[in-house]
Amino acid sequence: MKYMLLIYSDPANEPVYGTPEFGKMMEGYFKLNEKMQAEGAMLSGEGLKEAETSTTLRVRGGKVETMDGPFAETKEHLGGYYLIDVPDLDAALAYAVQIPSAEYGTVEIRPVMDYNPAP
Amino acid sequence: MTISASSAVAASRALTRLVRDDRGRLLSALVARLKDFQLAEDALQDAMVSAVVHWGRNGLPSSPSGWLLQVAFRKAIDRIRRQATAGRSGQDLELFASLAGEEALDIPDERLRLIFTCCHPAIEPKSQVALTLRTLGGLSTQQIAAAFLDKDAAMGQRLSRAKAKIAAAGIPFSVPDQDQWAERLEAVLTVIYLIFNAGYSAGPQSGVDLAEEALFLCRLLNSLTPEDAEVEGCLALLMLSHARRHARKGPSGAAVPLALQDRTLWVRAEIAEGVLLLERALRRRQIGPFQIKAAIAACHSDGETSDWPQIARLYDELLAFEPTAVVRLNRGVAVAEAGDLAGGLAAVLALETELSAYQPFHAACAELLKRAGRHHDAVRSYERAIAMAASEEDRLFLSSSLELLLQQQAV
Repeated sequence: MKYMLLIYSDPANEPVYGTPEFGKMMEGYFKLNEKMQAEGAMLSGEGLKEAETSTTLRVRGGKVETMDGPFAETKEHLGGYYLIDVPDLDAALAYAVQIPSAEYGTVEIRPVMDYNPAP
Repeated sequence: MTISASSAVAASRALTRLVRDDRGRLLSALVARLKDFQLAEDALQDAMVSAVVHWGRNGLPSSPSGWLLQVAFRKAIDRIRRQATAGRSGQDLELFASLAGEEALDIPDERLRLIFTCCHPAIEPKSQVALTLRTLGGLSTQQIAAAFLDKDAAMGQRLSRAKAKIAAAGIPFSVPDQDQWAERLEAVLTVIYLIFNAGYSAGPQSGVDLAEEALFLCRLLNSLTPEDAEVEGCLALLMLSHARRHARKGPSGAAVPLALQDRTLWVRAEIAEGVLLLERALRRRQIGPFQIKAAIAACHSDGETSDWPQIARLYDELLAFEPTAVVRLNRGVAVAEAGDLAGGLAAVLALETELSAYQPFHAACAELLKRAGRHHDAVRSYERAIAMAASEEDRLFLSSSLELLLQQQAV
């Protein structure tokens, strides 16, 4: 099954560049990347630029509304994701728990919709 | 063709008994092979409907469970064929067909996997409880709804949401790995304990005794995971608590606290059995929260009076596993009961901000303040505890205690 691991965090709680915590976080991400690659679970994964760079758009009554900033006014913002292919939820959770941001942010594990094409 | 009423009654009685004893086992065997919770449940339901008709006409088959399982497989195949778009491969169908064709099916016991699936942390706690009672306890949706004072429709929706999540989120039908075992087992034991406590406070309702259900589930778990100290600890805890069931309410219907219970009403044989089980668990030297709670229950039950100094020490140990305000409250009460009233009371009162919304906190304060001679404060705590009481029994007990205190003051 495919799962999206959505990584949310509050920038105020993130380790600061140059501190030992920052080094530990980077190392953690690096190790996890390697592991998911080596175990054939990783489909893709990206980090996102800070939420202030975000633009939100919707179309209402044929009119395009474009706004500065992220969709939801929350402290924790989507900061990155992994798309993985693993046998079940427990396997997905086992990777999610190794995401360093889980220690100060939140990881949402969301199954990817499967249209199940006929064999 | 007419089916006589008597054979219809006999067949449906036999089926009810069978489902009570074997539903979990049948369902787990079906889920293991079909890999689909809802399909397994629907197919078993179909098979049961067939059973009433066939058994009523032809009498009971030689292996009723085997019969049900075979028919359930056939019904599952029918359902898959009807849903042409279900995306099942032809191979799957062939496999199921061969399973359905087997003569005497040996029913594998997959209930341990079923328990862990129902109590998976990705499912909401209340739904874990409902799903466990439905699939392993064999309770009907209506019975579960009644036990938790829910509407049938709401409980039905809760159950189908949980099953849909199992399928959609890919919650595995498996026993967790060694590195996850302790944590996941504790989740299962917590569900069983929740069921027990719901039954303990409510008593048997509309034909369902949740305390008995919890004991059934815990015994089942103990037979499926032999030599697990925490499972034994949990079972011991349930047995030791259940042994006091006849003494927990007075003639007026008021709750009777442990210290005031008529110990002759306790079921001594069950206490002895619980203590024996706990001793076996402790010898495994894998201490855990359920064993400690069982040890506390044993300290209350084993002698003529509760061994409070030992209970206070056990709460200290429990704090290492559960560093919660509720455990600190119980520890404070134990310290006071063990002789250090001032120390215990101070420890309890220090929890005010954390536990102001927790009714037992106010009840404990009331009792300890009364003993310390702080009657004015005690009255206030009693009033709060009475206002927040969840059950009529508790309310009755606290009200009579408050009345007694006010009478003493008046003298």
